[in-house]
Parts: sequence; C-alpha cells; structure tokens
Amino acid sequence: MTMPPSPLTMPPSPSASPSAVHVTAAHDSALKHTTGEAIYIDDMPLPRGALHLALVTSAWAHARITGIDVGAALALPGVSAVITAKDIIGPNDIGAIVPGEVLLAEDLVEYVGHPIAAVCARDEDTARRAAALVTIEGAPLPPVLALDAAIGDKHYLLPPSVFLRGDPDPDLARAPHRLTGSVRVGGQDHFYLETQVALAIPGEDRDMLVHSGTQHPTEVQHLVARLLSLDMNAVTVEIRRMGGGFGGKESQATLVAGIAAVAARVTGHPCKLRLDRDTDMEVTGKRHGFLLSWDVGVDDEGRILAVDMTLAADCGWSIDLSPGVVSRALSHADNAYFYPHVRLTGLYCKTNRQSNTAFRGFGGPQGMMAAEAMVDHIARTLQLDPVETRRRNFYGPGRDITPYHQTVEHFRLPAMLETLLASADYATRRASVDAFNATNPTLRKGLALSPVKFGVSFNKPEMNQAGALVHVYTDGSVSLNHGGTEMGQGLFVKVAQVVAAVFGLDLDRIKPTATTTGKVPNTSPTAASSGTDLNGMAAKIAAETIRARMAEQAAALFEEPVEAIRFESNRVFAGNKSLSFPELAEACHGERISLSSTGFYRTPKIHFDRTTNTGRPFLYFAHGLAVSEVAIDTLTGEWKPLRVDILHDVGASLNPAVDKGQIEGGFIQGMGWLTMEELVWDKVGRLRTHAPSTYKIPTARDVPAVFTVELLADAPNEEATVFRSKAVGEPPLVLALSVWLALRDAVGSLAPAGWVPPLAAPATPEKILMACEEARRA
Amino acid sequence: MPTVSMTVNGKQVSGEVDARKLLVEFLRENLLLTGTHVGCDTSQCGACVVHVDGRSVKSCTMLAVMADGASVTTIEGMASGETMHPMQEAFREQHGLQCGFCTPGMVMSAVDLVAVNPDPSEAEIRHWLGGNICRCTGYHNIVEAVRDGAARMRALGKAAAE
Repeated sequence: MTMPPSPLTMPPSPSASPSAVHVTAAHDSALKHTTGEAIYIDDMPLPRGALHLALVTSAWAHARITGIDVGAALALPGVSAVITAKDIIGPNDIGAIVPGEVLLAEDLVEYVGHPIAAVCARDEDTARRAAALVTIEGAPLPPVLALDAAIGDKHYLLPPSVFLRGDPDPDLARAPHRLTGSVRVGGQDHFYLETQVALAIPGEDRDMLVHSGTQHPTEVQHLVARLLSLDMNAVTVEIRRMGGGFGGKESQATLVAGIAAVAARVTGHPCKLRLDRDTDMEVTGKRHGFLLSWDVGVDDEGRILAVDMTLAADCGWSIDLSPGVVSRALSHADNAYFYPHVRLTGLYCKTNRQSNTAFRGFGGPQGMMAAEAMVDHIARTLQLDPVETRRRNFYGPGRDITPYHQTVEHFRLPAMLETLLASADYATRRASVDAFNATNPTLRKGLALSPVKFGVSFNKPEMNQAGALVHVYTDGSVSLNHGGTEMGQGLFVKVAQVVAAVFGLDLDRIKPTATTTGKVPNTSPTAASSGTDLNGMAAKIAAETIRARMAEQAAALFEEPVEAIRFESNRVFAGNKSLSFPELAEACHGERISLSSTGFYRTPKIHFDRTTNTGRPFLYFAHGLAVSEVAIDTLTGEWKPLRVDILHDVGASLNPAVDKGQIEGGFIQGMGWLTMEELVWDKVGRLRTHAPSTYKIPTARDVPAVFTVELLADAPNEEATVFRSKAVGEPPLVLALSVWLALRDAVGSLAPAGWVPPLAAPATPEKILMACEEARRA
Repeated sequence: MPTVSMTVNGKQVSGEVDARKLLVEFLRENLLLTGTHVGCDTSQCGACVVHVDGRSVKSCTMLAVMADGASVTTIEGMASGETMHPMQEAFREQHGLQCGFCTPGMVMSAVDLVAVNPDPSEAEIRHWLGGNICRCTGYHNIVEAVRDGAARMRALGKAAAE
C-alpha cells in the first residue's frame, strides 16, 4: 500500500464548511460580468481570414422566387461570396421536430424576413451593404396575415390535438350556468440582450467547430452535420454563455449557426453571423399568440362541471417546435383547477409570419391564461368572490385527475393560498381598493390573485435525460461539464454547488466549463425549466461515482470501513483520521484509480402516449401564487403596478438568491408580455415593432415599487430530485397573470357587477382606455 | 481616414478610423475592450454605456471621431488593479445580474448617477435607469445594487476625506 503524501492529521471541525447546497452563492460569472471580462461569442478574437455575414431576406409575406441576382453584391470590394440554398451540400432542412423547414428559401418565401441568401465579406459593414445589393425577383402569392383568417380557413400546419377526459357535452348541456367566452393573447419577442450569433470555423477532415449561442448544442450539431452532409462526429458545437435565451435560442439558433457553417464550408474561411437587433426581431420566431375560447358549465357556487376549450395557436409559417408548445398549452389549460369532464382542442394555425417557437413556459402560460380568464369570467358573471371561486375549483382529494389523466399529487396551493392571503393582507386591501374605487371617478385600482401549477419534465419523455463529465485533478481541483447551457439563469453555479456538496469542497474548487458536444453527447436542450433537475442529477451521479472510488482508497489508507468515510470541509475523514482532498486525490492517482467519470440521469416515473394524449408527463408540479395591485387612469389608460406579493414553491432551494432572481425576472417578463410588449404587423405582413424603440420592454421604471417574493419554506420536493429542489425557470412568469387580472378588476369597477371586461393581452394603455370606454357604456 | 486620439482607461490611444466608425466599434474592434456590449444597435438598451469625460454616454450613438481628445472610461477601467469599484462589488454581492450582458452598461450608468446624486432614492434610481434594459432580473436586485453601491461610494468618499 502506498502511504499518503502527508501524515494523517487530526481533523479540523467538520462543521466548519457547511454544505454547498441550500445556500446563496453568487452567479458563477458574477465577478466577470461586473468587470466586463466575461466572453460572449461576439467578444471572441476572430481567427485569421474570418468573414462576416449579413442576411438577404424576403420583402414579401408569401411569394414564389423567380430570380436571385448576386452580381452587384459580388462586385463590391471586400465581398467573398454570396451563399444561397444551392450551396447547401446536404438536405436544405433544419426542421426541429418535423422535417421540411428550409435553412435558406429555394423557390418559396413564406414571411417577410425569410432568409434567402447570406453575403460573406471582410467586415460586417461591407456584408450589410452588399446584402442590400442582392436583387430578389418574385411573384407574390396571397398571404394569411391574421390568426382569425387562419382559424376561419382551417389553415393548419398539423391536424388538431385533443385532450379528453369524461364526456363534457351532457354536463355542459345540463349545467345550471353555461358560459362561453374567449380572449386573445399576443406573442412576445424574446429580446435576449445578446442577439443570435454563431462563429463557424472549418478544420481538417472537413470538421466544423461552431461557437453557437444556442440552448441546444446537440441540435445545432445534428443539423449542421445534416446541412454539410457530415457525420455528427465531425461537428463540434460549443457555448460558454449566452446573453439571455428564454427559449429563443432553442431551435432558432440553428438558423444562424447553420448559415455560418454552410458559408464556412463554401468559403473555407471562418464565418461569423451576428444578427443586428432589427434583423433578429424580423427573422426569428417568438412566443405564440393564441385565441383562447371556452364553453364551461358551472353550478351556482361557480364550481366547474364540464369544460370544452379551444386553444388556437398562431404558429407562423412553419411547424418548428409548435407540437410541443401546443401540447404544453393543452396540458396547462387546467392550471390549478379540476375539470370533471373536459375536452381541450389545440389548433396549429399557419400564418405568413415568423415561425413561433419556444419562449419561457412553452405554451403553458397561454394555456393557464385560458383557465384564469375562464375562472374570472365565472366569478364576475355569477358575482362570486374571485379568490373563493378559485379555491372551490382547486384540485383536491377525489378531484385530482388532470385532462391528460395524470393524478395530481402533493398539491401545495391550498395551504400556500392561506399563507399568502395573510402575508399580503388580502382581505383588508380588497376592502380598501373597493373603498377607493367608490370615491374616485378617474383613478381606479384593481386587485387580483392568480395561482400557478406547472408540470415539470419535458412533455416528451425521451427528452428527459442528461449527461455530465466530472474530473478531479491531482491537486484536488474539479472540472465540471454537463449538457446544460448557461444563459444567465444560474445553472452553472447550481450544478457546481451540487458537485461541491458531494465532495464536501468549497464552491471555488469546482470549475464549470463551456458546454460542448465533444464532452457530453446527445443532450437535450436547456429548456422546460429542467436544466438543474437533469444536469444537476447527472453531475451528482458522476461526482458520487468518483467519490465512491476515492472513499475506497481512503478506507484502505485509514484502515477503516468505507461506510465511515466522510467528505467535508475540503477534507476526508474517518473517525479521528483525515486527509486533505488533494492529498487523497494524489493518493488515488498513485494507486491508478480513475478520478474522472461520466454521469447519466433519466427522469423516473414519466410516460406519455401521444396518440391518446394521456399518461404521466410530469414528475412533479411547481406551485406559485401572486397577489397584484394596480392603478389605472380611466381617462388615458395609463397604469402602474402598485404592489406585488409572491409566494413560490421551489422545493428545497439549491440557491435562494438565484431562485428569487428567476422569480422576479420571470414575473416582470410575464408582465411585459401581458401588458406592454405588443407585436404589430402591417397589412402586407411586415413586423413594424422590430427594435426596442417601438417594442416596449419593461424598464426599471415599470416594475412595482413594492415587490415581495418569498420562497415556500420547509418544502422539500416529495419526488427524489436533486437535493429535493424544484425547477424554477418558467413557472413564475405565469404569476404575471395576476397583473392582467388586476387590470381587468380595475376596469370592471367602472361597470355594474356581473360585467366582464373585454380586456385582452397585451393590455396596453390604448386597450385599457378602450375597455374603460366600454365599461362606462355597460 | 481621420485619426483619433483619446485617453481610454488612463492610457493614451490613437488610430485611423473610418469617419463613420462608432465609438463602441472603436473600443471593441480596435482596442479589444469587449466588456462594452452591443445590445440593440440603436441607442435604446444601454448595454454600451461608457463614460466620456466623466459622464455616461451610449457609445453606439457617438462616433469615434467625436471622442477625439476626450477621456473615455469603459467597464474595464473601473477596477483599480485587484480592487473592484464599489459599484461592481455591489452588483456582484446583491445578485444584480443574471446573463451579465447588460451589467457593464448598468454599472457605468449607476456610477454616473452617484456622481451627480450621491444618495439617490429608489425612485431616482429607477428613473435614472430608464435607458438601461435588463431582460433577466426584473430590476429588483439591480436597484438594490445601485443603492448599496452608492452607499459604498459615499463611505469611501468619506474615508478619503478624513
């Protein structure tokens, strides 16, 4: 037996270094972000001979292309090439779920902004000037430019999806009250601060290295390989960090990376494509707008007896991720409420607009909005208390089967509701809002509560898997890699905390490294709020594998049973003997013990039958509740959020500061979607809101002055997730429905009880003003 | 092509630039000071804020030649050696960042606010930051960070005076 490199010593107190999880730790790059040292793709030094790309896009919403003249562009000094569909070696197809979506248009363009060609030039300025010199000839075709037109014409990309449980029609017919209604909700631009970007670098053997701002490196790898007719092992995709993603860099990143890679192959030069903001907004897909309609039967107390809902999604020109988005919308159209008999129909409407895509919540928020709008409709029409109406319709014992036939377990909202009503002082404030409205003719206040129950796991079971790769070096430092991508959400620090906890190390001993398809293969996107659940567990398994090997070696050195070995405070203990972690690592190396391991995790228990839309798609649910108070000016439609109180369930939080940041940021992003971010297309299909000058992103001036966010205390996940935490990325966004409901409440105060405000989303000041006018006429 | 010379982060620099070249391009491309980011290209988002002669400026809306002879400070120039600027420390410790893309511009704007208003109220901070978009945080911790940073700057100023 090799002796350890230093004598065994008495241990310092093992409690000196607390576990690295369930504690606040700064974002892994916090220091670099504040000093400007953090490197985004646009900051990388370019390799020799690198070319810059600019896109040539369609000016028509729908047209047949009859000619492309690149002569004038090629004649401009500094231009190397103009790439068109003809230059794509493999199939011209980047369909994420269903094949058939072109990288560059061939003979047909289907929206204003549809990429047709890309100019490669020595600098960005030259590329953009040359792009303007490319002439596209085409014959316009009739476009479909409105969701209503697509619904009316049954202009669908796919046949409708139906979730069915029980038999809703008889109970709708005999219900004491039957209400039908609908509400419209607009789309949303992601407005990640860093626009889409890729740098493709050709290598030997036709290899291609792509630095891609993507939430889904494996998909970029797969599709670049397809475009270039290469094996996947010839393509490496790497991403250290993105400046925001929010779903917008899940499938959409492939477009940018694919064009850069094709250009790099054709020219033999490294090629970089960074979309400027206007191009990004004109070209890339957004959150799906929806028309949400319901037919609901209720009893005299507002209890739902049967529901028939239709969720019509504006998918844009292509399928993209719409099957998943609509499926998640349907599986969240119950939100927190039990529907005894239910039919939910999802429509995949095709319009000649950007192809709508993943956006934080992935259709879930729109589905939950249908539920909340419907319950608001019920409470207002029957003149019931809106909170009590919600409570009566909550899932509960004997009322616990979802429209997709999963049993709701560990439902936390009833208890959370009582806590938040008390901490937000709801009853008193309800009375004071009503009193204010009784005496103020011009300014009106609104108060509303909304719950969220969000299913966690990708709806598609096979996507719920993850891999990690952990190395321990002989100096005791640890290198961490996994399939998840960092876009600001704090994934890297949370997974590093998990690994630090397994090894009993301080967090600064763990180095998170850039996500790359070369280290962890065949990954799922960092999406569906699942980044930490999946990658944290894979990294934990990898670290535990190494720790078990190290523990055996420690047991041999200490001559103690392996069960007695503890990893704490950067040391390894057994009874009164100990070694430092680096000493043990060195000793393991000396004994030829591997200090590297992969880890692989697949979510247990889940299954889903896509032919019947039944099963258990979700391992568990995350819960949240918000109470929002607003004030509106009924003469101008202007409004302010006055106070927001949130209670949110993140299980046993891995990092409370990071989780609270997700809740605050998600809520404000949701508030932007529902109240100020309005996408406007003109009558020929051009997006007129393609910059923050015309597309209103919430600023520090727009957020509530009183904004209280509490994490549900002492609430470890009943399911065996990573250190009993829960996912947090998407669910809080939906809490912003309380702001939208509060605006409806304020408008409703102008009309007699029983009136339902016709206020859709985004509830911009203009829309609020128009609703106020209608309220006064009611 | 015109020649520009200016002081950037305390160092004298000069270069021949296209008259159309933006200050942000000069900083990022010529000087490789990539901590100054381009978020919207059109003067809205504030990711590109730097200081020109001590005042905050959106460097995507200023030509490099307009900064000829000026003293420019970028985010890279805020720390002194290993000692971070108090506003940088505050953003890190108050979790005033997520993706980090807006952070340099936020820090530069916040420092300028404290220069003109050493003890800003929360409302004044929110108003001042109206030209700096953050898409991640919801601003709550950014406002906390600016308050904390202002307090740290006041404390340092007081210590220096004593």
